[in-house]
Amino acid sequence: MKNALKVRVLVRPKRGILDPQGEAVKRALPALGFSGVGAVHIGRLIELEVESADEVEGMCRRLLANPTTEEYEWEVVS
Amino acid sequence: MNIQETYTSLGLSDFEYDRILELMGRPPNYLELSLFSVMWSEHCGYKNSRPLLRRFPNTGPRVLQGPGENAGVIEVGEGWALAFKMESHNHPSAVEPYEGAATGVGGIIRDVIAMGARPVALLNALRFGPLDDERNRYLFREVVRGIGGYGNAIGVPTVGGEVEFSPAYSGNPLVNAMCVGLIRADEVVRAKAEAGEGNLVVLFGAKTGRDGIHGATFASDELTEESEAKRSNVQVGDPFAGKMLIECSLRLLERNLLVALQDLGAAGIASSASEMAARGGVGIELDAEKVPLREEGMEAWEVVISESQERMLAVVEPEKADEVLKVCERYELDAAVVGRVTSHGELRVFDNGEPIGSVPAEALADAPVYEREVRRPAYLDGAHRFDPDALPEPDDYNEVLLRMLAHPNLCSRASVYEQYDSEVGSDTVVRPGADAAVLRIKGTKLGFAVTADVSGRHCYLDPRGGGAAAVAEAYRNLSCVGAEPVALTDCLNFGSPEKPDGYYGLSECVDGMAEACEVLGTPVVSGNVSLFNETERGAIYPTPAVGMVGVFEDVSRHATPGFKREGDMVVHLGDYRPTLAGSDYLEIVHGKVAGKPEQPRLPREKEYADLVKSLVAEGIVDTAHDVSGGGLAVALAEMSITGGIGMTFDRVEVEPMLSGRRGDQALFGECGGHFVVAVPEERWDALQEALGGVPYDQIGRTGGDRLDVPGLLDVAVDDLRAAHERDLFEQHAPEGGHLG
Repeated sequence: MKNALKVRVLVRPKRGILDPQGEAVKRALPALGFSGVGAVHIGRLIELEVESADEVEGMCRRLLANPTTEEYEWEVVS
Repeated sequence: MNIQETYTSLGLSDFEYDRILELMGRPPNYLELSLFSVMWSEHCGYKNSRPLLRRFPNTGPRVLQGPGENAGVIEVGEGWALAFKMESHNHPSAVEPYEGAATGVGGIIRDVIAMGARPVALLNALRFGPLDDERNRYLFREVVRGIGGYGNAIGVPTVGGEVEFSPAYSGNPLVNAMCVGLIRADEVVRAKAEAGEGNLVVLFGAKTGRDGIHGATFASDELTEESEAKRSNVQVGDPFAGKMLIECSLRLLERNLLVALQDLGAAGIASSASEMAARGGVGIELDAEKVPLREEGMEAWEVVISESQERMLAVVEPEKADEVLKVCERYELDAAVVGRVTSHGELRVFDNGEPIGSVPAEALADAPVYEREVRRPAYLDGAHRFDPDALPEPDDYNEVLLRMLAHPNLCSRASVYEQYDSEVGSDTVVRPGADAAVLRIKGTKLGFAVTADVSGRHCYLDPRGGGAAAVAEAYRNLSCVGAEPVALTDCLNFGSPEKPDGYYGLSECVDGMAEACEVLGTPVVSGNVSLFNETERGAIYPTPAVGMVGVFEDVSRHATPGFKREGDMVVHLGDYRPTLAGSDYLEIVHGKVAGKPEQPRLPREKEYADLVKSLVAEGIVDTAHDVSGGGLAVALAEMSITGGIGMTFDRVEVEPMLSGRRGDQALFGECGGHFVVAVPEERWDALQEALGGVPYDQIGRTGGDRLDVPGLLDVAVDDLRAAHERDLFEQHAPEGGHLG
């Protein structure tokens, strides 16, 4: 794709929602001897190459994130 | 928000608020009001359905526990018992289908654990709008994923269920989950806080967060609209924590460390505690600050009504509390003593010693009861006007049969149940796809069978007949696999009870079910009611899902629908009085939902089904199938497809089958109370002897690779299979974000 824009989307669980992955990691870290871990939240990072950034918001809402349980932010990185 | 807006937003009426004032003798605060809101909801208080539910029989020789506890319990034999219940999670699944379905499964599992039983089987009854709509496809796919995601991970097999599609459920899907647990009959735990004053209340399981707190906006003025959008009230299931909860609860019970056990559902700790207190006739005091929290800054009232998943509440003798906490730690669960049992009969909540709420437990348990107005809906007369002779008669029944087998309501459910682990636990004897699932009880010859059934369309066209037919179909399905049907749980999914013609459906369905339960001898031992299932398009079909459980003395003696051998004699058994009224054929081929279906003849249903059961139990028959949706042609096709063997209808039997009927009525007409069985020739004499006075016909023989009904049908089994094995997920369902 010519003149592609690189977009980075960060998706993470909404505040207050149970994050079983984060909880599991939070429990596992002290078990391995890492102390002093307060909170762990696990989301995901998505990198896209797109012709234009116009549709990124829609992509986030309809597929990349689940707006009922997750929040997202995105930026054009290059 | 003024007080009226507040209680209205919590779903309480003016009348109910006045009643609360009367019971309390003072205005309730928000926490107290929240408690009444939940405990007086239909889900907990059955305020619209209680008078109807009393019509159900709920005792029987095998019933150890009827309605009123977390789950019903029946006796199997040799000291074994089964605890089971079905519950709806319709609304949460409409909002967030994956988590809604997952937490529905988790919730029903905890009900069974609360009886002290080990969960051993899951089923579900699902309804969606038609799959040509993107939103419906999305809901269907995500609900199925959610059931599998939770059930597969927690290690309880999903062994059966049912799914149907109709425009009546567009925008209002039904997700009913059922769980069966195994327990020693003398170890059934009751969720009563019976051991009185001085005992401690222990909360264990996952930490408490702000999940499912509807009132968040009300009390948190500092929350802006923007921050509210960033917060989710959706409850998320955690099957791994759920698994720990099963093992931990069972270990605590096995070591005799608990006095009582209760799962946490709607309105969290406060409602569970008040239920325990009301059942035990005692009081409970809770200390909100002692509850292990997942997030900071939670208000005390939020803590006690939060609906965070994977938690249980137990009553423990003080000297055993340390041991209980130690066992919880072993299972990596949070646990804390959060309160005590008292004699004052109230539920009192404290925050660092400060009282923040106090309600008589009895008052919470005493929801007002409404006798609603009943009016026969106007649509029924129009819907019953139906003239089968006005239907154009198809000229190619092969094509019609293939089309019916490929329809989403009749095709193979393999694309759904193949996403579920149906064998974990290694006790599944008959997997999904038969008339009922069959499981063994390890170390014995005993076993049990489970099925979930209802036809919403039938209940729409004839609520009383449809309610009875749902119970009768479940009874037939269990009988076909060879189990003795014992008792049932139900999930009554209906529209608004405040509309007299909507309430008619509920009342009539319950009457029909109650009558069938009486005649068939299968009491209702647990259940759940879900009302107000309406969208702007109107109410859903009346849908009283029935989950029935039956038992085997010798589980090795069971039957499945598939033909087993070439040359078997195929026998039709029972009354043959097919009608196209309200049939699948009418809806699929002619696009009509009309006519009044045949009334179930309950005493005969019982006679025939009991006979089929005994034929299987005596080892005469190993191939049996209930004739239901799609009529005789679809039943025979299913037996051919699953067995991989064709069948030829005896030429001389075609004429009596038609006897004045059109071909479509004979092939695809529906009625209850009939079966197809197959036996090898050497057991024909034994079969005839066992049949006694029951009407039967030998209609043909198995063999070859075609289903051949001379003059009407002649299709290759491979073609039948190709049509039937439709992938219900074949169309992409892109809506919603689910990369996670």
